[in-house]
Amino acid sequence: MTSAPSAEWPLYEVFVRGKRGLNHVHVGSLHAADDDMAVRHARDVYTRRNEGVSIWVVRSDAITASSPDEKDPMFAPSGDKVYRHPTFYSIPDDVPHM
Amino acid sequence: MTNPTDPAHAPSHPAPDPNDAHGSIFDGLLGSDSSQWAFGTDFEDPLAGVDTTIPDGVDPGDLAAYCLMLADDALVASHRLSEWCSRAPDLEEDIALANVALDLLGQARLLLARAAAADATVVPALPEGSPVPPEDALAFFREAGDFRNVRLTEVPNGDFAHTIARLLVLSCARLALFERLATSRDSVLAAVAAKGVKELAYHRDYAGRWFLTLAQGTDESRERLLAALDEIWPLHAELFATHPVERAVADAGVGVDPATTAAEVDVVLEQVFAMSGVERPDRAPLAGVQGRTGRDGLHTEALSRLLAEMQVVARAHPSGRW
Repeated sequence: MTSAPSAEWPLYEVFVRGKRGLNHVHVGSLHAADDDMAVRHARDVYTRRNEGVSIWVVRSDAITASSPDEKDPMFAPSGDKVYRHPTFYSIPDDVPHM
Repeated sequence: MTNPTDPAHAPSHPAPDPNDAHGSIFDGLLGSDSSQWAFGTDFEDPLAGVDTTIPDGVDPGDLAAYCLMLADDALVASHRLSEWCSRAPDLEEDIALANVALDLLGQARLLLARAAAADATVVPALPEGSPVPPEDALAFFREAGDFRNVRLTEVPNGDFAHTIARLLVLSCARLALFERLATSRDSVLAAVAAKGVKELAYHRDYAGRWFLTLAQGTDESRERLLAALDEIWPLHAELFATHPVERAVADAGVGVDPATTAAEVDVVLEQVFAMSGVERPDRAPLAGVQGRTGRDGLHTEALSRLLAEMQVVARAHPSGRW
């Protein structure tokens, strides 16, 4: 047999796309022994109420995240740059869906 | 008229409103179309919207008895699986097993309702004015001797390997049966089977993956799996033995003779065994008593204890409203 099993299964993050959704939405996390089991666990834990038509899972330790310590240098500089929003255009009345 | 915003009348745990912009993390996942609610989920009448006319040339008593066989397999298996709630090896498996149990409970409910609609004399008598619907009366007020499930469904759970081995055999057999039953002349059975096929395909996949994992896992997991398979194998043959009722409904085009599925189920099981490096057990079938087995109402004593626990609350309140 293979090496001794580890005490705890690795953590996975779960993303589900709904019937009408265009993108996968992060819904939570779970433990699983491998990628295939993570998909099945995600189906059982996060799509029981008919929420999804597609599932993504990814090992939590494969995600690189920004650090809370860097919050100000990362995000504060964009706070006062309203000109980056396209709100200064006037929209003609006959343009729908805006 | 109650005011929905009045806290005195608000439900303590309101169902999430998919149109509420400030609801749960699942916002954006839920559509609001009615297709989310499938046939068989009506809380009042399980057979709402389905034609319950009995097809020509079918004996109502046979049809009811046959529905009880299929229903009781699901009901008893569901109860055994639900015994894992809060006791499974981890949270995710706990929910997975509960999901399988709920699928089977849904099948049982529809089939019990079909049995009652086909022949009302199978439903136990309850006190005058009791609100208990016929499918609940059949589940909670019949004695062990009136249950028609195969004995494989009723034996105690044992360990996780035991549950996986049993679920693999059961779901392989029931899937093969339901695939054929989907073309039944009885529109209820055909609809139940068509819905069940998708559920059972997942159950088989779930059990098959775990079977392989346990067989190829550690020495301990393999040992336990082999012991479990050896233990349940004497109950395997009963799944494919044809009861006279099954033959009658099969001849009438509404049921399936389980013997006709045996070869196909064998091939599937052999594939799982081969991948898992497991030998097919060499154990003789558990004999019946004077030829009578689960389908005749002859059970192991485990069923009486299971039913005592499952039925005690309903029986204490035969006029209770739930």
